[in-house]
Amino acid sequence: MNLRNFFRADSNRREALVVAYVVPESSRCVQCGICSYNCPQGIDVRRHAWQGEPVRDSHCLTCGECINRCPRGVLSFERTHLFKEEGTR
Amino acid sequence: MKTAPRRYVIIGSGVAGIAAVQAIRAQDAAGEITVISDDPFGFYSRPGLAYYLTGELEENLLFPITHQEFRAYNLRWVQGRAGRILPAEHRVELENRASLPYDRLLLATGSLASALPIEGAAGCQGVHKLDNLADARAILASARRARAAVVVGGGITALELVEALLAQGLQVHFFLRGERYWNNVLDETESQIVERRLQHEGVRLHYKTELADVLAHKGRVAGVVTKDGRRIACEILAFAIGVKPRMELAKAAGLKVDRGVLADEHLQTSDPDIFAAGDVAQVYDPFSGKSALDTLWGTAREQGHCAGMNMAGHSAAYAKRVPLNVTRLAGLTTTIIGTVGSGPDPSLLGIARGDSETWRQLGLSVTAENTFEVNRLRLLVGEKHLLGAVVMGDQKLSKPLQELINQRVDITPIRAALFQTPKLGDMVAAFWTQWREREHAGEKS
Repeated sequence: MNLRNFFRADSNRREALVVAYVVPESSRCVQCGICSYNCPQGIDVRRHAWQGEPVRDSHCLTCGECINRCPRGVLSFERTHLFKEEGTR
Repeated sequence: MKTAPRRYVIIGSGVAGIAAVQAIRAQDAAGEITVISDDPFGFYSRPGLAYYLTGELEENLLFPITHQEFRAYNLRWVQGRAGRILPAEHRVELENRASLPYDRLLLATGSLASALPIEGAAGCQGVHKLDNLADARAILASARRARAAVVVGGGITALELVEALLAQGLQVHFFLRGERYWNNVLDETESQIVERRLQHEGVRLHYKTELADVLAHKGRVAGVVTKDGRRIACEILAFAIGVKPRMELAKAAGLKVDRGVLADEHLQTSDPDIFAAGDVAQVYDPFSGKSALDTLWGTAREQGHCAGMNMAGHSAAYAKRVPLNVTRLAGLTTTIIGTVGSGPDPSLLGIARGDSETWRQLGLSVTAENTFEVNRLRLLVGEKHLLGAVVMGDQKLSKPLQELINQRVDITPIRAALFQTPKLGDMVAAFWTQWREREHAGEKS
C-alpha cells in the first residue's frame, strides 16, 4: 500500500463512519457467519444478509470489520442520505 | 366445512429444504410441515465449513437459525433417513419403517461427494471427503496427529481442503490431473495466479498427477502411490473429484431422472405432488430449452423458496438466472458470472460443488482482459452482450457486471473499444453508470 492509498483508505473510513451503513448483497452470501462472529458490537450481520436488509442497527459503529472479514465480498458501505448537503455527491 | 390442513413433507435439511419451509410457512400458517433430516446437525452453512476448517469461525456460528426460530416455524423434525417414497399412496417410509403421509413432498436431498475410484481408500482412516459437518470434524481430528496430506481433485472444494489442511499446519501436496488448476472455468492466467499463491504458502503442486493407490498401515493412511510410480508419505488423503446428486429415492419411486431429478420451472417432478430443489434437481430452463444441474448454494435457496411457494398453492416459476458464484481462491475473492469456461476438467467427474453446467456452455466469444497485480477482470464478450465475467480480487465491478450480464444490456457502443482499452475496468464502470442513469430516467418518466 502506498502513501496515497493509505490516506485514501483512512479518509474513506472516516467518511463511512459519518454517512454510511453496511449493506449486504444477499445473492453472494452463504450464511457462514464470519461477519456476526467479528462484529465488536455483537450485531447479527448475517441475519441482515439473509433478509437482504441494510444494517440500520443504532449500535453499528460502521467500523467495517464485517466488510473486511467477509470472504465473499457480500458487504459494502453505502451512503445514507441522512446528512446529504447541496454539492455533495 | 373446514378442510384438513395440508401435509408437507420435506426430505433434506440443507438450504433448499429450509428455504422451502420458510416459503410454505409464510403462505400457509396451518399446514403441517415435517422435515426429514439424516444430518444429525440439521441446518447449517455447508459452504461455511471451509472457514470452520481454516479456523476463521467457531462451530456454533455455522448455524444461522436458532432453536427458538425453528420452534416458531411449528414444524415436526424427524431425525432419520427416508427409505422409500410411495407416490400412489402419498406416503414416505422411513428406514425404521415409520410412515409419513403427505399431500406435497419436496426432495431436497442434495448431493454427495463422488467416491475415489480406488479400492484401498474405502474404510481407511485418514481418507476424507467434505460433505458435511461430521466430515469437517473428522478432518480436524485427523489433522491433529498428521504431518502431511495429499489432496486430490479440481474445483472449489479441493482447494478449500488444501487451504484447510495448510491452516492446520500440514505439508500439503495437491494433485492435479491436468496441467493447471480448475481448467474448465478459469483461464490460464487465473489458474496461474491461484497456483502461485498456493506455492507461496508452501503447497506442493503436482501437475498431471493421478492417484494409483493408497498405502495403509494398521488401517490408517501412511502414503499414496501415483500412477507414474512415485510414493508420497502422508497421513491424510482428502478428495473432492465431483459430486453426485442423491436421487436413489426418486429413481425407486419411478420419477423421471437424468443426471438429477428432472423438474420443470415450477420445480415439479414427473409426479405433480412431488417437487425437487437444490443439488438433486435438474431444472428445466425455458430460456435455453435445457435442463441443467447447478450445485450453487444461492441457487438451491431460490429453488427451495420457489418449490415451497408452489407446494403451498401459489404458482411461482423459477427463473434461472445467469449462474453466479462467489468464492475465495487462495485468499482472493473471486466472482464467476455466466458463461466463462472451456471444455471438461480431467480432475472432475461431472459437476463439482459450487459449480454450474452453464459455465461450460460455449458461446461465440472473445476474451478481453486486464491484469494488475492481483486484481483481474476477464469478460466474455458476445456479439451484442456480455456473456460472462470472472472478477478476481477487488469486487467493485462485480455487481455492475452481474447487472449488465443478467439484463443482457446491449454493449454495441463500447464493444470494439473493450478489446483495445488498457483500462477495461474503468470503461465497464462508466458504461454501467450511464446505463443505470438511463434506466432510472426511464423509470421516472
